[in-house]
Amino acid sequence: MSWLHLAVLTPFLFTLVVPLLNKNIRRIHTGWFVLAVPLLLFIYFLGHFPLDPTMAPVIHSIPWIPSLDIHFTLYLDGLALLLLLIITGIGTLVVLYSIYYMSMEREALHNFYVYLLLFMGAMLGIVLSDNLLVLYVFWETTSVSSFLLIAYWYQRSRSRYGAQKSMLITVSGGFSMLFGFILLYTMTGTFSVRELIGMSGQIAEHALFIPAMLLILLGAFTKSAQFPFHIWLPDAMEAPTPISAYLHSATMVKAGVYLVARLTPIFGGSMEWFWIITIFGVITLFWGSFMAIRQNDLKALLAYSTISQLGLIMSLLGIGSAALNANFSDQAILFSGATLAAVFHLFNHSIFKGCLFMVIGILDHETGTRDIRKLGGLMSIMPISFTLTVIGGLSMAGLPPFSGFLSKEMFFTGMLTAARNMDQWVMLLPVVAWIASVLTFVYCLILVFKTFTGKFQPERLDKAPHEAPIGMLISPGVLAVLVIVFFFFPNLLSLSLLEPAMHSIMPNLLAPGERFDVHISAFHGFNTELLMTFGIILLGTTLYVYLKRWSGIYDTLPRKYTLNNAYDGGLTGLERMSLKFTSTYMTGFLHNYLSYIFVVMICLTAGTLLSQGAFTIDLSTNSSIEWFEFVLGISVIIAAVFMVFSRSRMTSIIAVGSIGYMVSLFFVIFRAPDLALTQLVVETITTALFLLCFYYLPKMKKELTRLRFKLSNLLISLGVGITLTLIGLSVQGHNLFESISRYFENSYELAGAKNIVNSLLVDFRAFDTMLEIVVLFAAGIGVYNLIKLRENRRNN
Amino acid sequence: METFITIIAGVLFTIGTYLILSKGLVRIILGLSLFTHGVHMLLMAVNGLKKGGAPLLGEGTDVYTDPLPQALILTSIVISFALTAFSLVLGYRTYVELGTDDLEQLKGDPNE
Repeated sequence: MSWLHLAVLTPFLFTLVVPLLNKNIRRIHTGWFVLAVPLLLFIYFLGHFPLDPTMAPVIHSIPWIPSLDIHFTLYLDGLALLLLLIITGIGTLVVLYSIYYMSMEREALHNFYVYLLLFMGAMLGIVLSDNLLVLYVFWETTSVSSFLLIAYWYQRSRSRYGAQKSMLITVSGGFSMLFGFILLYTMTGTFSVRELIGMSGQIAEHALFIPAMLLILLGAFTKSAQFPFHIWLPDAMEAPTPISAYLHSATMVKAGVYLVARLTPIFGGSMEWFWIITIFGVITLFWGSFMAIRQNDLKALLAYSTISQLGLIMSLLGIGSAALNANFSDQAILFSGATLAAVFHLFNHSIFKGCLFMVIGILDHETGTRDIRKLGGLMSIMPISFTLTVIGGLSMAGLPPFSGFLSKEMFFTGMLTAARNMDQWVMLLPVVAWIASVLTFVYCLILVFKTFTGKFQPERLDKAPHEAPIGMLISPGVLAVLVIVFFFFPNLLSLSLLEPAMHSIMPNLLAPGERFDVHISAFHGFNTELLMTFGIILLGTTLYVYLKRWSGIYDTLPRKYTLNNAYDGGLTGLERMSLKFTSTYMTGFLHNYLSYIFVVMICLTAGTLLSQGAFTIDLSTNSSIEWFEFVLGISVIIAAVFMVFSRSRMTSIIAVGSIGYMVSLFFVIFRAPDLALTQLVVETITTALFLLCFYYLPKMKKELTRLRFKLSNLLISLGVGITLTLIGLSVQGHNLFESISRYFENSYELAGAKNIVNSLLVDFRAFDTMLEIVVLFAAGIGVYNLIKLRENRRNN
Repeated sequence: METFITIIAGVLFTIGTYLILSKGLVRIILGLSLFTHGVHMLLMAVNGLKKGGAPLLGEGTDVYTDPLPQALILTSIVISFALTAFSLVLGYRTYVELGTDDLEQLKGDPNE
């Protein structure tokens, strides 16, 4: 147990205290107590701040299930530290913001903060875990806590729908990821990421390499809302805004990106990894930015923009992975620039997206709506919020003097690098990326200007808007300041955080001791990237001005064939299909179930025995038949057949009784006196019972059923009878070994009994007898209760 | 003899199954009874019949019939008697309470 373990477990431990605090200290907002957790963790992780990017990672391990090779190993390197600082830093700001956002009187704060802390701890666990299975445990914990947080206002059906959707999509992805991890384990025999990285060459040659890769990527793509799994994210916007800011922009959706980055050293050398991640990333980037323009709800717009930016990061990670590919070893350093851009943009995006979400939350709080069509002209009323939105929005659009500009330039550099060093049609990549960036620019303008400029419409708002309280503005303010600071001093970040992160993603690219000399500068001459940015500004502004004219394009898209409809249709279709399926065979009619059972029995036993050629009938061991035995047997058969056709209760009962008596006669012939005696007595009692119930039992109706029903019954019963007869005949004459019954002939010496059957029942195998007495007893009690309970009810 | 008994057991199984597959409760209980008889006959037959005297020591024979299946059948008879008695009373109570013994009408709710 180390400090690092304690750091991961702190949020979990604190969840135990939160409800008590909330219950007992009513005057202070619970959030103030919770605030201490991320703040302390942030300070603690800052203490690990590396100044030397090639520093050795921190490793602590405690065994959890050593026999299954599951160790709770924590591993802190550059990549982990970057994410840890984002999680704890933005976590601190989000908790601070939520103190002002969540009302103390109206909201169930204890739930809110418990889920939030659960999430935070799980996220720390994902980032720090070295053991894949432990990582999976934390991964699912984030899914569950995210589910709880989205459905925080569970009385709203939209919240429940969104929570269910995100749960189904992310958990199914997580499940496939687990399969991928297990495949990795079967290839190498270890769950540890570090050891896997050491064996990456061995993994790449394995037959299971591609399946494992696809399964793990499915998990990463569902979590990080990549196309076509992005549909859960817009619906997750039903969560309270601090949650949207924290989970669905800064942290949880980065988990998939983190996983891809973390496993790049293992899979990155293959072309499949490169293509899948790059292409899905670019599609997501384009689709998200295209759909964002269409949204009327500010949060939905931000959700689609998050999807788009995550696609951007993903595609950069894909291109960066080419540095590990042997085909491009000459340009490896060039390609690794894309990885740097990915890491940098991951950081930037967390900052400005968190800021934007918080501002939207303020708007929602102060005006009572998030609908773009109702908002407008708030610039003079809410100047600070406006400023923050401009900073966040333009950083997202990639304009100077905001840090988004830098990562956008590096993004273009990465795309162009790919295009210059590969086949002809990779030229498409920068083109699509550029178009997506234009669209990004357009929705950023929509976000900033449609909300704050234009006509003020107080009659359409629920409240009289005014500037938010200062406490609410602190968190987005801090983030906005960071956005600007990292534009002017990007190397603060790059030397201390981004470079170590690069070393984690590409550990074997450089010779030991070497460093990626990362120097990000705001301006490095007039090059293609800068021209692309100018193009974006020009075209984007034009598109924004003429938005009304071309927005008709969205109506040409078929409304029927959206991914959401595919998901909903798929879900209801699944339900309908399974309902149909169960209602076809689960009829509720006993006859059908018995038919299935009998048919399966016939098929299984007869089929198996036929295929094995087990039906060999040997009649040589048969004993002789006397004429009276023959007559007896025939009369048993006649009585049985008679029962099928009999339509009166009385004759049926008599027929059954006569069969019983004939069976006891057979027992006499078979030299079984005890059996004959018992059978006689039992048959008499049973018949008596039948006759007792006779008075109450209904008349046997002639069963008016269709011929098909009867015919199928006949076929099934013939099948059962023939199968069992054949088995019985085949068993005879196949004595595989001597019977053990010779031993029981010593019953007089061993048990002092001359009747072997009786000594068997009460000496050799007395347990059977004891339990059979219990059965009789239970049946007796059952019968008694069945009759007695009714009388009690009648008396009451 | 063994073959003959096995075939009788087979007939009992066939008719027992046919009765169990019908719709009336009474027929089903009767079918169960037939089934138990069939099982007992089969248990006797597969071990070979008439191999010797009754399994009683000091009766003057050296060769005995196999006592083990007899012990098993004795247990089985008692258990099936308990089962038959219980299902009979259950059928009777069902009929008294619900007024029908037709299993088609005893389906319960469609959503159960």
